[in-house]
Amino acid sequence: MSDESPMIEVRDLTKRYPGRTAVDGISFTVGRGEVVGFLGPNGAGKSTTMRILSSFMPATSGTVRIAGFDVFHEPDEVRRRIGYMPENNPLHTDMRVRDYLKFRARLKGLGFNRSRERVDRVVEQCGLRDVQKRIIGQLSKGYRQRVGLADALVHEPDLIILDEPTIGLDPHQIRSVRALIKDLGKRHTVLISTHIMSEVEMTCSRVLILNQGQILAADRVEDLESRFSQDGRVVAELCATADAVRDAFRDLPEVESFDISAAAGDHVRLSLSPRNGTDLRPLVFETARQNGWALRELTRSRHSLEDIFIHLTRKQKGEGR
Amino acid sequence: MGVFLALVRRELGIAFNALTGYVVVAITLLLAGFGLTGLLDTLNSDRTDAPITEMFFGDGLVFWLIVIVITPVITMRSFASEKSQGTYEALMTTPVGDWQVVLAKYTGAVLFYLASWVPMICVLVGLRQVAGVPELLDPRAMAGALLGIACIGSTYLAAGIFASSLTRSQIIAAMTSLLMGVGVWASSLRPSGQGGSGDTLGRVLDHLSVTLQMKDFARGVIDGRALVFHLSFTVLFLFLTHRVVEMRRWK
Repeated sequence: MSDESPMIEVRDLTKRYPGRTAVDGISFTVGRGEVVGFLGPNGAGKSTTMRILSSFMPATSGTVRIAGFDVFHEPDEVRRRIGYMPENNPLHTDMRVRDYLKFRARLKGLGFNRSRERVDRVVEQCGLRDVQKRIIGQLSKGYRQRVGLADALVHEPDLIILDEPTIGLDPHQIRSVRALIKDLGKRHTVLISTHIMSEVEMTCSRVLILNQGQILAADRVEDLESRFSQDGRVVAELCATADAVRDAFRDLPEVESFDISAAAGDHVRLSLSPRNGTDLRPLVFETARQNGWALRELTRSRHSLEDIFIHLTRKQKGEGR
Repeated sequence: MGVFLALVRRELGIAFNALTGYVVVAITLLLAGFGLTGLLDTLNSDRTDAPITEMFFGDGLVFWLIVIVITPVITMRSFASEKSQGTYEALMTTPVGDWQVVLAKYTGAVLFYLASWVPMICVLVGLRQVAGVPELLDPRAMAGALLGIACIGSTYLAAGIFASSLTRSQIIAAMTSLLMGVGVWASSLRPSGQGGSGDTLGRVLDHLSVTLQMKDFARGVIDGRALVFHLSFTVLFLFLTHRVVEMRRWK
């Protein structure tokens, strides 16, 4: 109830289906105003967790509190505060956009006038004004997704849970839906699940990586990236002969190993691995300056979220064997 | 209350937005039309002083054919289609009570069922006007017949809703309720001769016979036991449906 309690508080959440554990004792908290990405391969337990969070089904064990309310014991309080868009965005395809949104607003406990006001508002917010009289079944997938978002927003929930909101959209539609989600983050707490990394990088402030029902990492996107880029290789392209470069970098204590290959023009491409996670870029620059080599590229390869994700999930698979 | 009405409106909306609603009405009218021609033949050939409601609803097969065919078609989609389309999840994550959902779906089905009888009732009233024989349609018998339509329909629809809540396939829902409907009707049939077989089992079955109940209703005889019978079964099936809806929340 109190405003200090975190938006989502999950403790030792476990969900077992007959013969299979979908979610295995996970714990996490999401503070108010955060936009959190729930990342995991298919079947990792994302949808199951979201269904429990939205009090659609109970957990086998563990507790979940939404804004301080227990999802099992106070489901109505929880549902009033959540805007949930289930997987595949199910809609009543025989209804008109406006009628559907009004119907949903009424179900979520808004009065007659209030629901009309709110529908006007979300229709604007989600860019549905031109299609509000159309039948949902005749809309493109992008518009349907927006209808789903408008539905999730219509009762002004504190927390918005979106299960794979951009799945099956074309790049333009993905862009506009993402922009919408980003915009939501200004006023709501948002939890989105996805298996598209770039989506998390673009929209989320924090990420939870889930695999086989367990949380493998939970951190800010930048922190995760910098944590994993410590073994980052440095790549440089220099205007010099391969032999000269080899001589210059052969016996440096900071360099674990290096590799030289020919590059376009009279340049060589040098790639270095550091020994103790040191940043080798200043060293490369200094060496080039001393030898009077022209330097046309110098980058430290960052680990993308995708690399981190593959790394983490593969590691777990290996351990599981 | 507002939420409940919104849900009922939605249920009726489904029926009339989609083709199924009109198909149900068309089937009812077609079957009722067959019944009517038979009725007219009888009226033309024999002299009879039985009210037409008794001939049509009490003795004819057409009434039962209509009830047995249309109730599964009306109820099959109620839960099953929402489950298969995933809208069930969207519905059950709003702060709407389980009972509200069950009762709204049931109310929608009953209203639609009653609406699909309206044309037939108009035809019977019209027939009385055209024939110019007021005795043909005794108001008490008519009221009884309407009550019978409502009572039998309410039990059949409640069973249909229950069948629909058990599955995500509309076909399975329809087949299950069709089977229940045919079963109840078939167990009511008696070898020719008016029931009243002497042994205890026969007497018990007579009390449970929906066809005998309908015969009474169509004569304008309102038997309290029949009302209690249908009320109990309606409540029982709705209660079971509620249990099924609630089941997903069991740990």
